[in-house]
Amino acid sequence: MVERESPLGPAYRPGRHGNVAEAAGVTLSETRPGSIVEVVSWPGSEKAALAAIKSATGLALPNMPGAGVSKKDKAGYGFAPRRWLIIDGREGVEQQLQKAVSDKIGAVNDLSHGRTAIRVSGPRAEWVLSKLFAVDFSAEAFPVSNGCSTAHHEIFAQIQRTGKNQFDLIVFCSFARAFWTTLCHSAEEVGYEVS
Amino acid sequence: MRISCPYCGTRDVAEFTYQGDATITRPDPASTDQNTWNAFVYDRANPAGKHSELWQHSGGCRTHLVVERDTVTHVITSVAFAGAKRKPVSAAAPKRKAPARKAATRGKAPS
Repeated sequence: MVERESPLGPAYRPGRHGNVAEAAGVTLSETRPGSIVEVVSWPGSEKAALAAIKSATGLALPNMPGAGVSKKDKAGYGFAPRRWLIIDGREGVEQQLQKAVSDKIGAVNDLSHGRTAIRVSGPRAEWVLSKLFAVDFSAEAFPVSNGCSTAHHEIFAQIQRTGKNQFDLIVFCSFARAFWTTLCHSAEEVGYEVS
Repeated sequence: MRISCPYCGTRDVAEFTYQGDATITRPDPASTDQNTWNAFVYDRANPAGKHSELWQHSGGCRTHLVVERDTVTHVITSVAFAGAKRKPVSAAAPKRKAPARKAATRGKAPS
């Protein structure tokens, strides 16, 4: 595999930033998963596609809008009708999915090199993300493991809640540095740590 | 204005892109009738009231939607996937006939 370089570049500055009067409100990090794969099913093949995803990755995704599964090193969720995003710490998951999802069921797109995964965690994560996206991030409206697709201005983002106070964001590599910088500015008032 | 996407839920209109009048149907591609094609490309009812229109959730799930919207009050009465079987167009947004054009008035040199 080609070695990947983080698109965040010099904008990625580990350490404590912003408001330092109190404990950091959020922790920002780049998770760099080995695989980010999109699975699409043809109309009527949704159940077969979900079964194929389960056999290839072990993720039993519910057939509900935005519903997903979040485990320690892998996650998946539906982000559009008949479309699911699979994120896995291991590389090469795309090949496993290619074998499981036949061309009669749907198609598999490897996005690992085209997307950047950013994690926002901490007690003020909901607050910081609410400043960027017009989406209800409260636990009632956005439960753990659920995902959604939305946009910050023109920057498309896919968001999954992977913990009570933790969100994983997927953005295009080409926009990742700009988005990361905006995210850092938004987190300044609550204080943030980059790890 | 907010639109309730059948997949994503209620979202701000900024996430959506307007895709035009949903009542227009494409003529037979084999047709060579210029009036029919002219009506398809240019003629729109522009009603003050209920209107059936296409929107794409471009900043979200990217599906195309048929939205029934009141153009005066912006009240949205229904949203459905554009691929789903469409309901008959409501009486408030009638399908218009192509206006008759006189062939003699087209391409005539100014006198």
